Amino acid sequence: MSLELSGPEASRPYIDAASPDHPSLLDPTHQMDALFGVVNIPNVVWIDEEGVIVRPPEPGWPSPRSEMPKDMLGAMPELGRAPNAPKPPEDGPGQWGVLLSGQDRKTYADAIRDWAAKGADSEFALGADEVVARSQPRSAAMSEGAARFELANHLWRAGRRDAAIAQFVECHRLQPDNWTYKRQAWSLVGNERVGGDYGRWIQAPVAGEEADWPFESDFRSDVENVEAGGYYPKTI
Amino acid sequence: MILESLDITPDEFAEGTGWAIKPEGACKADVCVPLASGGSFDLLATADRLGMAVVHDAEAGLWAIGPESFGGHALVSAEAPELTLDDIDGTPFTLSSLRGQKVLIVSWAPY
Repeated sequence: MSLELSGPEASRPYIDAASPDHPSLLDPTHQMDALFGVVNIPNVVWIDEEGVIVRPPEPGWPSPRSEMPKDMLGAMPELGRAPNAPKPPEDGPGQWGVLLSGQDRKTYADAIRDWAAKGADSEFALGADEVVARSQPRSAAMSEGAARFELANHLWRAGRRDAAIAQFVECHRLQPDNWTYKRQAWSLVGNERVGGDYGRWIQAPVAGEEADWPFESDFRSDVENVEAGGYYPKTI
Repeated sequence: MILESLDITPDEFAEGTGWAIKPEGACKADVCVPLASGGSFDLLATADRLGMAVVHDAEAGLWAIGPESFGGHALVSAEAPELTLDDIDGTPFTLSSLRGQKVLIVSWAPY
């Protein structure tokens, strides 16, 4: 599921490159967030043959190997920070210390293979009550955050950029732990400013263009303020 | 769920939220939440009972209904919610069509 509101062309290069033999779908309104409790990417949900969830959304990877296109980093401009972004802690783990901690990328696929072979007897298959209990917390404020995200999404696609950004900002305040709500919004504005093949990966103001960045924070600043293991929590 | 008016039918509410209005209450998967008996469908009362935020953008003339929060978690049941999305060519695909197979849903994004 590609959680991207901009239409199929934003996702097409990646789907074409992967050439999957499984269904590959577009989720422009982030229904995975509202219906399942997805709050970050990549997130994986396990569902058994009866349509019962046996693991709620959690960070997961097919392998520890992760590669960026060779020309990607060279195409990235120097990035600044949102003027009001929280300062990084002096003794924090740093952006990469946070991003590479938590869920074990090496063993996640082994857990899936175990479940594929053993089904309900797998130690990784959870009971129904535990699935619900382990799904993301949701308060009334988070429901409002989701409603405002949907409004923002609708307004952006209708060409009402500034009204959409106002709703995104309020959404981020109400549900600060939802990274897809934040990354989607930052990416839209980053792509406006940089464009090209990798403009959607820009999730902060370009250096020197910080003043009119419309959000309270940016990707690096928020990640640096998460504890090690907090961005991709270890669940297996 | 985006609305231009709060005057919607129970079927429209079910289509947009996944919660069906039945005699026993608002129901999703194996969970039913009792509603006040009698009278016609009351969207605001139902949303309040389910902990769904109702947000009004007066300038845009739109309402948005958030997901349920009464259970304190994103999932109220382990039964997978129904979901229909388009593939890259615009062909709809429904999650429940995979019943009988194990399914992994991987959420990703080009950002």
